[in-house]
Amino acid sequence: MSDLFLVGNGAGFSGDRVDAPVPVVRELVRRGLPAAMFFECLAERTIALAQIEKRRDPEAGYEPMLERLLEPILADCARAGIPILGNFGAANPPAAARCVARLARRLGLPELRIGVVSGDDVSGSVDLAALSPHEADAGFDMSAWSMVSANAYIGAAPLAEALGRGAQVVVAGRTSDPSLAVAPLMHHFGWAEDDWQALALGAACGHLLECGSQVTGGVFWDPGFKDIPDPANIGFPIAEVGRGGGLVVTKPEDTGGLVDLRSVKEQLLYELHDPAAYMTPDVVMDITGVTLEQQGRDRVALRGVRGHPRPERLKVTACYEGSWLGEGEVSVAGPNALARARATADVLLQRVKRRGLARRARADLIGISSVHDSDDGALWRSYDGPEPPEVRIRLAVECTSREDADQAAREVLAMLCCGTAGTSGARWRVTPRILTRSFLVPREMVPTEVTVREARAWN
Amino acid sequence: MELIEVPLHAVAHSRAGDKGNRVNLSLMPYDPALYPLLAEQVTEERVLALFRHRGATRCRRYDLPLIHAFNFVVDDALEGGVNGALNLDGHGKSLSFRLLALTVRVPREAIRRPPPGC
Repeated sequence: MSDLFLVGNGAGFSGDRVDAPVPVVRELVRRGLPAAMFFECLAERTIALAQIEKRRDPEAGYEPMLERLLEPILADCARAGIPILGNFGAANPPAAARCVARLARRLGLPELRIGVVSGDDVSGSVDLAALSPHEADAGFDMSAWSMVSANAYIGAAPLAEALGRGAQVVVAGRTSDPSLAVAPLMHHFGWAEDDWQALALGAACGHLLECGSQVTGGVFWDPGFKDIPDPANIGFPIAEVGRGGGLVVTKPEDTGGLVDLRSVKEQLLYELHDPAAYMTPDVVMDITGVTLEQQGRDRVALRGVRGHPRPERLKVTACYEGSWLGEGEVSVAGPNALARARATADVLLQRVKRRGLARRARADLIGISSVHDSDDGALWRSYDGPEPPEVRIRLAVECTSREDADQAAREVLAMLCCGTAGTSGARWRVTPRILTRSFLVPREMVPTEVTVREARAWN
Repeated sequence: MELIEVPLHAVAHSRAGDKGNRVNLSLMPYDPALYPLLAEQVTEERVLALFRHRGATRCRRYDLPLIHAFNFVVDDALEGGVNGALNLDGHGKSLSFRLLALTVRVPREAIRRPPPGC
């Protein structure tokens, strides 16, 4: 058994660059060490949207780019013995497995072993009303909403079990993101489920890699301040994990982006609260003793991560539907643009109020203040900076019906005739709103199941 | 030593992440020598004030001196978070640059690139 194991990442979210996995797999094959690839494709509400897709079509509800992501790498991974793990099963892991199986058969790999991990979907088995909400979410009253999905963040153990049963592709729904990297390490090194030190190293590996390019230059580059080579071709990350506890983050040689102390620090702290207690279902990770060292170009070593016993309870995120988001935009430009933009925003808000269409409404002045502002427009209302060359005015409403949201959003269209001088460029849209809440659930309420079959047997 | 006032962006970098209605903002000086100076000037109170207009209720700063980093965790800063907010940036990913617009007083030679007008 090798003392060094490589973990490559091929996607950091559903919607990531579909050509990213190819150079990572090429590098893993070139290095010839034991390795695994993982794909993280499930943001908080992606699974709810997938559940809605599945209602429409029982064979849908998994990562829509799955085939496109795996087709260029599946045969190479199978040949090199590099297992692929992903939460790309979303709301329908068996259908995702059938999709991979069809692909495998088409590529002449009918014996490819595909594993499915299920059990994360607790929508029918757990009474969430009886549970305590997760602290970051306290304060929402969801009684008027209807639940679309409820999924537990399951840990690495069932994924490792699938690998132990020979799975070359492991399809999961909701798992904790780092667990997708912990599982192959657990399997390769034979880590025990209570080896907190080892598991913390795995969690650090998963945490640093789970967002794909975010550790190799994505969400990082800031022209003139933090420049990166070839941002149109950022290489996705690879971690080298040693039996003795070493962890090095790197990336394929023939790609853009970079791995340095700055990019690794940003990702190490990403979505992290108390650095002494980063909760995963496998282990509680403590990075307060971590040190980093640049070991040559695009290589950063991390040391000193500590592990504490895993939490007793698993996090469950439930998604609810029950309202609609209406959005509309128009533009103004040239002399006196700011005054016309402010007047347009005020009139749009008045129109929505006068017609009684929305529960909540907000206006933004894009170009003055939109992403940092509050619902009452505190920043654009108080703006006293230079006159902008142009401004785009955005109306956003929350309504109880699609019809009301559409009517409210269309108020931007009416501004083409009723609005201030030179108002133009109306666009509007309506989308269902999905709200999420998280809960903590005792582990024993979330039993998992692993099924492994050859591609020819997944029908 | 002459100190001049600059946005944090001239001397440090940051990334925002969300969980529910809570945002975390990392902050790292490019030059580790500036770490104590930022520790003194970029306080929980000042960072909370950046998000008061959005209803933020609490800010907690965690210090990671071994890697010269700070982690600010701001509660109720996202107007409901990715799924609840009407804001274009429900994730709050752009909020790292609200932090980086906060001004600090640093030695002139520590500045990576003087902002226009300095």
